[in-house]
Amino acid sequence: MTIKKLKSGSLSVFSVLLGILWLTPLVWLVGTAITKTTFNMSFLPRTALTTENLTYVWNTIPFGQYYLNTIILVVGTFLIQFFTSTLAAYSLAMFKFRGQSLVFVVIFMQIIIPNDVLIMPNFMTLSDMGLIDTKIGVMLPFLGSAMAIFLLRQNFKTIPRALGEAARIDGANLWQTIWGVYMPCAKAAYMSFAVISVSYHWNNYLWPLIVTNSVNNRTLTVGLAYFAKSKEANMQWSNVCAATLIIIAPLMIAFFVMQKQFMNSFISAGVKE
Amino acid sequence: MKTASATLRARKEAATAWLLLLPALAIMLVFTVYPVLRSVALSLTKYRMGMPTPEWIGLDNYVRIASSGTFWKVMQNTAFFALMTVLPSMVIGLGLALLVNRRGRHIGFIRTAYFYPSVMPMIAIASVWMFIYMARNGLFDQLMTALGIGALDVLSNRNTVLPALSFMYVWREAGYLLVFFLAGLQSINEDVLEAANIDGATGWKAFRHITLPLLGPTMLFVSTIAFTNCFKLADHVIIMTEGAPNNASTLLLYYIYQQGFTNMNYGVSSTLTVIMLGLLLLVSLPRFFSQDKKIHYA
Repeated sequence: MTIKKLKSGSLSVFSVLLGILWLTPLVWLVGTAITKTTFNMSFLPRTALTTENLTYVWNTIPFGQYYLNTIILVVGTFLIQFFTSTLAAYSLAMFKFRGQSLVFVVIFMQIIIPNDVLIMPNFMTLSDMGLIDTKIGVMLPFLGSAMAIFLLRQNFKTIPRALGEAARIDGANLWQTIWGVYMPCAKAAYMSFAVISVSYHWNNYLWPLIVTNSVNNRTLTVGLAYFAKSKEANMQWSNVCAATLIIIAPLMIAFFVMQKQFMNSFISAGVKE
Repeated sequence: MKTASATLRARKEAATAWLLLLPALAIMLVFTVYPVLRSVALSLTKYRMGMPTPEWIGLDNYVRIASSGTFWKVMQNTAFFALMTVLPSMVIGLGLALLVNRRGRHIGFIRTAYFYPSVMPMIAIASVWMFIYMARNGLFDQLMTALGIGALDVLSNRNTVLPALSFMYVWREAGYLLVFFLAGLQSINEDVLEAANIDGATGWKAFRHITLPLLGPTMLFVSTIAFTNCFKLADHVIIMTEGAPNNASTLLLYYIYQQGFTNMNYGVSSTLTVIMLGLLLLVSLPRFFSQDKKIHYA
């Protein structure tokens, strides 16, 4: 028994130490962002706390505008996905019709092929549509989400049909049935889908990079990349760390508060594919 | 009469079904199916900036690419990066999952510590690691100097640039793959392991002969994700190296981006896209073949 306890104890110590090792880049990032600039890089901060770096980058980069753009994109994308995926998922869960298997082929195609791989042809399509450097252009390829459709469909299928039929008999129309019966029953799936969608679009870089070319549409990630490589950043790590901290903070805080919800969301979105 | 009304109802149902599918399906057709077809079509043409229309040249792009040293260098880099990241992040991810597959007050903290890089944008990770790997003054070179090895300036050396990028990537990816292994581990019936324990299979033996085989389907799924993820990434190259030194860190997606958006050579960029699609299909195949053979244990 004592050997078993010792073993489990040493495993705990080991896993905590490993966790601390995993955290080192974040510790360095935060420590560097909120202390005075030094000539030599050091792992743990040795200078006084300051907000200088944060205010410098906030005033040098139009972060306010980038925040606004990113929030509009993230929220807009999610709301439209919410609508389109719910309808598609309901259709695939409830009806049997000719051509259904072809729809599944398209869905699996999107699951296999990440959007980033199709930057070239999709940029051309967007250009044909005249939507370069627009917010809708950044959102458009993501408005039909195979992941969301699949996740919701699997969930809708577990809801007893009698529940929906009862609502229909009571005079509810299709939309009212979805809204009143199916959505409330699939709350957990919607939560997962929200977490995945928001973190994906908050962090997305390549597509917004090629689609946007003005401050009015650039996202936080694109803004950070420009800054990190610009003359103003001047390879100054305290400034780049401050800028990085500003863009990762909201999602990081949300994750630290709801760690379980985040991890479960990634599992359900992946495994149910 | 009855069959007529039944077909009418079936038709009405089908119409409703398609109508509900329409918005999402239209987007998927335009931005997933069409671009695949368009890439294939454009890969058979000569098409650069300034040309009003693409010019049909058959398989010329493929032939030219196959004889280009840069292309093979890029493919070699991509394969090397996959080799250096997929298996290590799977092994470490599984190890981490085993570590956190327990109860305890510190487990929440540890899971958070392992997983947080997956919630950070790659661009932020790259910005931070660019400084960690900075020549001489960077944390990594300081550590190397302290260890007596001396500054390595890993990002400027063609032999170390990909291993350095891979190391950073594994740090991020292992925590991500952890969640899938954890889900797999938790779906294993505890009775099975207990029975094995009673029969004398403990520790490594139980892991090797019970846990690992039961994780088979999870492994297959995770390997597909791991390959796909490592192919679809160019952000770190854009920020940290831009392919330097001398294309030693150019990966396939970055090459597609460079050909399409820097060199404005749409034909070649499309050809590379088709090759990328082939790679993605290849790594996804096992998952589809396995679907009907999937074994449900316990």
